[in-house]
Amino acid sequence: MEVPILKQGPYLIASVQSALNDADLRFLRDNLVERVGKMRARGVIVDVTALDVMDSYASRTLRDIAHMTRLRGAETVIVGIQPEVAFAMVQLGLMLEGVATALDLEEGLEFLKRKAHAAAKEARERVP
Amino acid sequence: MRKAAVAPVKQDAKGALPPLKPEANSVLGAHTAALLRELVAHLRENRTQLRQEWARRMAEARLLTAMSTEETFAEATSVYDNYVEALETGTFEALQAYARNLSERIIPRGVEIHEVVGIVLLLRDVLARSLFSRYQNDFALLNRILDAYEPAANRVAITVAVGFVQERERTIREQQEAIRELSTPVLQVRDRLLILPIIGVIDPQRARQLTEQLLRGIRANRAKVVVIDITGVAAMDSNVANHLVQTVEASRLLGATVIVTGLSPEIAQTLVNIGVDLTKMTTVGDLQGGIEQAERLLGYKVAVAVSAQDQQED
Repeated sequence: MEVPILKQGPYLIASVQSALNDADLRFLRDNLVERVGKMRARGVIVDVTALDVMDSYASRTLRDIAHMTRLRGAETVIVGIQPEVAFAMVQLGLMLEGVATALDLEEGLEFLKRKAHAAAKEARERVP
Repeated sequence: MRKAAVAPVKQDAKGALPPLKPEANSVLGAHTAALLRELVAHLRENRTQLRQEWARRMAEARLLTAMSTEETFAEATSVYDNYVEALETGTFEALQAYARNLSERIIPRGVEIHEVVGIVLLLRDVLARSLFSRYQNDFALLNRILDAYEPAANRVAITVAVGFVQERERTIREQQEAIRELSTPVLQVRDRLLILPIIGVIDPQRARQLTEQLLRGIRANRAKVVVIDITGVAAMDSNVANHLVQTVEASRLLGATVIVTGLSPEIAQTLVNIGVDLTKMTTVGDLQGGIEQAERLLGYKVAVAVSAQDQQED
């Protein structure tokens, strides 16, 4: 099951529709990392609302996506983790260290906008 | 199955008893049925006298002291009638329903299981005595009557006792459920700000339920910041502490920041001594500080209104 990736302004939105196997996850990762450069995206949102299980491979891939896209110049937010999934992940020690998370798509977009704003401000201040 | 009517009553694993009705076409069954009919006729005939005898012995044994004499007598009458009916028909559904209904009424008044079993056994004894005196001249007949009477009477006692216990267990379960739900309120203080005051002992089960309720609350209220106040928690072991850390992490995965407030000196010492990793937790001294911190995170600014300031200056 391929994950559709939509472009919305300077952001890419990957909306996961159903359970993914390892190959799908790798495909999603490669696809996103490639498109971030091609579309000059500043942010990536991965929406996992539809997932009701998250195994170690999936959470590692999500973490990798976040770190890889950051190196390519885009911030990644994981949105829509279900309460039960969140608790199961934490119990398994899958904490998504260093990855931004938000409640839902709206919150994710908000977060990215704030982040861009803060970055712009910092850049302005650095210029004498 | 042929001897079901005279065999000692056995209860199967699920508590459901097989029907006791004697088989009409078997000689023994028909015989037992006739004896039971005779027995029931005898009990109906002497209803008033036997019931009084029973009530007297109940008072003597100081059973059901929580109820007044009139109430006891009224209940005794319906128990007696239900008892005789169960003996007559060999079916216990009506008695079961009555026992449940009775339990529902008397449990809140503090009636204990030994009282309930006690009065049913007393009734069994009273009726058996009356059978003894009636058939004292024909020992063989008395034996056969008792063969018919005893299993049925035992079944009645079991039915009533089981009904009482089931009813009480149901009450306890309901109360436990209510306490559990009351014990973990998730409250919204401001838009997108929740507080979760925890009071009392946290056992693993409660901790788990707390987490579930908090995570659901975060979803439902679209919370950004959560203040968990543990001022009312006296002690914490490493399991619960780790669970707390997990709760904080899980909340972060939902995009919410957690602030823990009100750690007592004892808990702070325990946490440090057992080496729980607290680097991922934001802690603030008290609830007020926690809420102020949360408001800062959410961009709220609380100011004293001008009129109030004027009043203070006056």
